[in-house]
Amino acid sequence: MIEAIVFYFFAVLSVTTATVVVTVRNPILAALFLVLTFFASAAIWMTLEAEFLAITLVLVYVGAVMVLFLFVVMMLDINIARMREGFSRVLPLGIVVAVIMLALMWSVVTSDIFSLEVMVKPAPRAADYSNTKALGGVLYTDYVFAFEVAAVILLVAIIAAISLTMRKRPQTRYQNPSDQIKVQKADRLRIVKMPSSGEES
Amino acid sequence: MTIGLSHYLILAAILFSISIAGIVINRKNIIILLMSIELMLLAVNLNFIAFSHYLDDLAGQVFVFFILTVAAAEAAIGLAILVVLFRNKGSINIDDISELRG
Repeated sequence: MIEAIVFYFFAVLSVTTATVVVTVRNPILAALFLVLTFFASAAIWMTLEAEFLAITLVLVYVGAVMVLFLFVVMMLDINIARMREGFSRVLPLGIVVAVIMLALMWSVVTSDIFSLEVMVKPAPRAADYSNTKALGGVLYTDYVFAFEVAAVILLVAIIAAISLTMRKRPQTRYQNPSDQIKVQKADRLRIVKMPSSGEES
Repeated sequence: MTIGLSHYLILAAILFSISIAGIVINRKNIIILLMSIELMLLAVNLNFIAFSHYLDDLAGQVFVFFILTVAAAEAAIGLAILVVLFRNKGSINIDDISELRG
């Protein structure tokens, strides 16, 4: 009973906030509601005993990706009115597409092969079962090649994002450390010999 | 009442449909489009985790791990492209981006 209440609460929360994300006017509000959607989904993943991924979702998505979204939204000067033009015109089309898609998927996922009689709910894990440990056990053995490919993908993403957004500003003054190190005494200091003027009096 | 696998699959289907509707109705707004794609990946991840739980197989969770990795890389590169686009065009409206005539 309690798990049904938890499931329905977070399911309704995630569906409502997802609807707000795609319909709200302000992109910053959309990003913040998307954060709430991710939190609700993390709670649902928690009920499916995927604790590590639930925490990862909150850390990676809310902590990194959504903050990046918010940075970009706040950095750019966005004309919301122009973004929204044609919104009410295509809204019926969007609803029709979504309803057709949902009806198709609904007819598949409510079939008997996914019912509780066929897919029996597994017994809850013991209290000392560690999802992180089990996941690490397969990740670093069976899927180690895929894991290393994922690392390369992240490296490529870092290099791509930095090289795309980096630019030289001609009016900005930069320090050049190698010039600073190579500097000699003669470059900075000039000794001028001249007669003193104070001795005659 | 017990929550079965089909409950989770229906929830994922609803989230996926909402994000498809979001892509259709927000086709002028690249930022919301990127958010809809993230939402779509989230729905797919929910399917993977539900099957992983009910079939008692950890491979589904490993898949979700890699999808999260790729999604993070995709978001970073997509937003970087968006910033460069804004720097060059002064706008991120889709109508201003299309340069091809014909």
